[in-house]
Amino acid sequence: MTGSKASRITYTLDSSLDSVNRVEQTAEQVAQKAGFDDDEVFRVSMAAREAAVNAVLHGNAYSPDKRITASFETTPKSLVIRIADQGPGLDPATLPDPLAPDNLLRGSGRGIFLIRSFMDEVEFRMLNPGTELTLIKHLVSA
Amino acid sequence: MSSVKISTRQVDGVTILDMSGRITLGEGSVQLRDAVRDLLAKSQKHILLNLGDVTYIDSSGIGELVSAFTTAKNQGGELKLLNLTRKVHDLLQITKLYTVFDVKDDEASAIGAFKK
Repeated sequence: MTGSKASRITYTLDSSLDSVNRVEQTAEQVAQKAGFDDDEVFRVSMAAREAAVNAVLHGNAYSPDKRITASFETTPKSLVIRIADQGPGLDPATLPDPLAPDNLLRGSGRGIFLIRSFMDEVEFRMLNPGTELTLIKHLVSA
Repeated sequence: MSSVKISTRQVDGVTILDMSGRITLGEGSVQLRDAVRDLLAKSQKHILLNLGDVTYIDSSGIGELVSAFTTAKNQGGELKLLNLTRKVHDLLQITKLYTVFDVKDDEASAIGAFKK
């Protein structure tokens, strides 16, 4: 792995699909630069995309008055991505399990599950208003 | 980022949607939804989604595949998946949807598997 030097990029973006795409592309570039292989780059960029979708769609509800912030930090040990919105707040305990038989054929509700599947650590923080998701991928085995 | 492209062809009573690109929140998902609804409205109820050139699919796209599958089934139709890339295959495994869908890797056998 490379990434011996810490670096950080932060964006403030409007609540749009263009912002979602920008977050995904930046995550892909940062993960590549950090030295992850292609499969991990895919997982990291998809997790970042899902977090951005959550912020833009479920958090800010595409409001032109609300912004999302996205930061990408590479430390010697980890890639840390933080996505925050200005919405009503998300309590992860209330999210239905998409793998439960009753939910398996639902047309939505898999985003947070995929984020948790693809990242090593996922943290939720209530901002009042808003929610911040922190996605962490370790650069080296613990 | 380019969205999905869909072209349609008929083989032995089965409508094959050859899809390429990205099936994601927004245009990609909507195009898939509209294409399947149009087919069902025209009573073309044997639908094979060829995902061989689909490079990316997000949770919204996965949800759209599920909705297309259930919509077809509820209207007496069948929807099968063909030629999954490894990434799409893995996503369907993780979400436990791989066994929900009828997934094929050969077009001729996929067409033969429809109840006609």
